Amino acid sequence: MLGDVSEPAVQPNPDFSGPDALAAALESTGYLPDEGLATAAYLALVMHRPLFLEGEAGVGKTALAHALAEVTGRPIYRLQCYEGLEASQALYDWDFGRQLLHLRAAEAAHANQDTETLEASLYDRRFLLARPLLQALEDSPSVLLVDEVDRADDEFEAFLLEVLSDFTISIPELGTVRATTPPLVVLTSNRTREVHDALKRRCLYHWLQHPDFDREVAILRRRLPDVTEQLAREVARATAKLRTLDLLKPPGIAEAMDWATALHTLGARDLDPDVAARTLGAVLKYREDTDRVQALAAGALFGG
Amino acid sequence: MAEVSPAGVSGARDVVATVLGFARTLRHAGVTASPDRVEAMIEALGSLDVLDPTDVYWAGRLTLCGSPDDLERYDAAFAAYFAGEAPRPGRSRTTEPPRLSESAPLDAGSGEGDDDGAAPDLAARASADEVLRHRDVAGLTVAEREHLRRLFRLLVPATPMRPARRRRPSPRGVVHPARTVRRALRDGGEVTRLMHRRRQPRPRRVVLLVDVSGSMSPYADALLRFAHAAVRARPAATEVFTIGTRLTRVTREMRLRDPDKALAASGSAIPDWSGGTRLGEVLKAFLDRWGQRGTARGAVVVVCSDGWERGGTELLAEQMARLRRLAHAVVWVNPHKGRAGYEPLTGGMRAALPSIDHFVSGHSMAAFEELTGVIQRA
Repeated sequence: MLGDVSEPAVQPNPDFSGPDALAAALESTGYLPDEGLATAAYLALVMHRPLFLEGEAGVGKTALAHALAEVTGRPIYRLQCYEGLEASQALYDWDFGRQLLHLRAAEAAHANQDTETLEASLYDRRFLLARPLLQALEDSPSVLLVDEVDRADDEFEAFLLEVLSDFTISIPELGTVRATTPPLVVLTSNRTREVHDALKRRCLYHWLQHPDFDREVAILRRRLPDVTEQLAREVARATAKLRTLDLLKPPGIAEAMDWATALHTLGARDLDPDVAARTLGAVLKYREDTDRVQALAAGALFGG
Repeated sequence: MAEVSPAGVSGARDVVATVLGFARTLRHAGVTASPDRVEAMIEALGSLDVLDPTDVYWAGRLTLCGSPDDLERYDAAFAAYFAGEAPRPGRSRTTEPPRLSESAPLDAGSGEGDDDGAAPDLAARASADEVLRHRDVAGLTVAEREHLRRLFRLLVPATPMRPARRRRPSPRGVVHPARTVRRALRDGGEVTRLMHRRRQPRPRRVVLLVDVSGSMSPYADALLRFAHAAVRARPAATEVFTIGTRLTRVTREMRLRDPDKALAASGSAIPDWSGGTRLGEVLKAFLDRWGQRGTARGAVVVVCSDGWERGGTELLAEQMARLRRLAHAVVWVNPHKGRAGYEPLTGGMRAALPSIDHFVSGHSMAAFEELTGVIQRA
């Protein structure tokens, strides 16, 4: 969510001596974790336990997984959860079209091949379409991001629990796939639904909060180098104030960055009430919230 | 052994003993620190510095807690157990308390003095001067209990359905490639019959908000029994909350099979039994904490209340409108509606009416049967 970082800025180093070393590595990729988050990520890495991240939308849950993939030099596989997500979309699927073609081709070539050989050739690895969970286990070591697990239905949760407890997937026709090194699993949830205790118990739990003022300024400066220091500070200050207003959707870091980008694009060097009011759509996503903020004295909120 | 400090820890055995003692303290504080979680904490400490209080703090918090509600209790228990050595849990905490938890424990007040305009600060909310009344199940006579039990056994709440995304095998619908190929293989690779699958309806979530304030006390027991019947019918698709001066989720308690046990369990979970009502505030707490995040989305929300509101009705009207936008249907059950010549005159009721899809009474068994019909068709 915090924008893609294309080129690895650091030499991938899978061994970290402690949370501080991991925090430093994450910082060099542009992700600035606080102490708790760094400890959580470090423990997830050394204990081979999934990391369960909860928090408001836009606090950088998904971005952490990407940053971790970068610092560990591992490939990242993302499974976006939604209602109705099935094993065939999360684990693997057989390529039926190619299987049928193969069958026809085999028939055309030598008609009296016995069924067993034919069937065995049909369930070959090359006809298997690996989906994120299987990919993450096959391409070990890797980072597996299970995004918004609260959106999947509870049947899927039970199934996920099974995969995450021993990091193996058994395919009846092929055998068992086991990860040589357990993947670093990051599960995120926006808490639209209470995730089952059994799943949480297997994970390290971390509640992610909005960053404090200094960290937010640092993140804005880091991610948006063109934005002036002055503007970054004022955006961070106004965003922090907006979060205290009991809005329907308090702005996250992602919104703060959108706002700073919008202001910068309009050529603003600082946050004056007029330009702030015009760009409010970048931070507030509900009409009620916009009305409320505009009703407050705009000067009091955004003034220098 | 409440005074063990991490600085005094010398060997692995002491670490284990300290952690076990801490887990016990934590359980007293209401955090379910199960043995496997405790084991995880010991393992986590193995990878961190046992002598560093900050590391101990995070090792415990990451492994022993499981929801934002646990965090505050964890901090308190940590401070108490490791006497004064609790590190500050990150600067952000002081500037921003967890939003989710903040809204739920509305201060219960005394039920009477709720009208003074001063906003209660957080410390006051957590203070113990609330007058909390637990419901006394033993107060029911045997005959009454038997009567209710018999009546509610007859009630079979049907659930509303909604179209689902997940496809299941079915005689009709779109072609199911996996099953078709498997079938074809049985016939020597010849597709003789297409197999199908289609979306099958799933139960729609039903959320019951039961008013347990003083003015509703004659009906609250029956309404909770109704809620129990609904939860038993569809345990995974029903949520029950009680509202009064605060919001309490009693879904877990309601899942107990025996209605009397379920009611007793929720009775002890509800701290504001027969207290005052602040519908608007509690509804806001529900929407902030649960509703907007998904519990109310697309659900049939049933509010069981007489609409007596101590706070302002503006907030209630606003929150009801918000609920209406999120929910599939809003049903309001008012036991007084069953009386002859009833007019929705209470301020709360009038404020809520514009946002209600179905307005029904809930004062008799017949009314409850009607209610199940309304919920099913909603």
